[in-house]
Amino acid sequence: MSFNINEYYTDISKGDILLAYKGSITSELINEVLEAVEDKLQANQEEGKTRKKLYNVLVESLQNLYHHIEETHDGIYEDLDPKFGILVVEREKNGDFKVTTGNFVVSTKTKFLKEKIDKINSLSRDELKDMYKFILNHQKISAKGGGGLGLVDIARKTGKKMIYNFYPYNDKYVFFDLAIQV
Amino acid sequence: MESLKIEGTTKTPNVNFDVEKGTLEIKGRSIPENSIEFYKPLVDWLEEYAQAPLSRTEVNVHLEYFNTSSSKCILDVFKKLEAIHKNKYDVQINWYYEEDDEDMLEAGEDYESIIRVPFKMIEIVD
Repeated sequence: MSFNINEYYTDISKGDILLAYKGSITSELINEVLEAVEDKLQANQEEGKTRKKLYNVLVESLQNLYHHIEETHDGIYEDLDPKFGILVVEREKNGDFKVTTGNFVVSTKTKFLKEKIDKINSLSRDELKDMYKFILNHQKISAKGGGGLGLVDIARKTGKKMIYNFYPYNDKYVFFDLAIQV
Repeated sequence: MESLKIEGTTKTPNVNFDVEKGTLEIKGRSIPENSIEFYKPLVDWLEEYAQAPLSRTEVNVHLEYFNTSSSKCILDVFKKLEAIHKNKYDVQINWYYEEDDEDMLEAGEDYESIIRVPFKMIEIVD
């Protein structure tokens, strides 16, 4: 049975949802999402600390998508917007927030992504701090922006392991999702 | 040299370098997708200022949020200041963080450990 994006989206947006989106990840969309989530958190009188962490995680997740997402998806026979991605922000039963992003990635990138996330997940708080400082000080910022700091920053700020899946789609693509608890 | 003033937006901070007083203020949010583009005028400006700086330069960084792409640009700004300090000019960086914002305090401490310029962490209490 192959991966179906619509079923996936329906399934993932079933919980206590603050925001769910699928479509083009543009700079304007990022602005709108940030504004919408900020308003909701304000209205819910969420604690300042959580609000800031969630905001930071959202910025990094969305900008990761924005910078790394495939412009077009040759070979995906579904009606996808350009720069297609998914974002779901939900509140879990224990009161934590969960931010899930999803996008199609070229299968050959799977290994790189998996190793990168596994590595970050394996590090202690102090090791993450050292890694962050090393990348900050030694790696040049790429044209794509981030320079590899985004996920490290997320891991530092949340103190939680990131959960990811690769869903086989076709010969060329897999669907990659990443869930972050805040 | 003329003062530098950049008006803030929802994604970029206010930047104000008062060349009479030798004070640089960076205040607001710094979360643009393209940080290099935003910070270039400031970095270029500092490059020129470093040729003939005032005897004392004071920098106030008061950010509510900044993204990782800004974090590298902020480091570039601090490296320009470090060069001025290295030439025996007085430079002071004041890093403001809101009460309970441990992440922002820690971010300031990260810079402090990389950049050889005196830092002061200042907690803002409501």
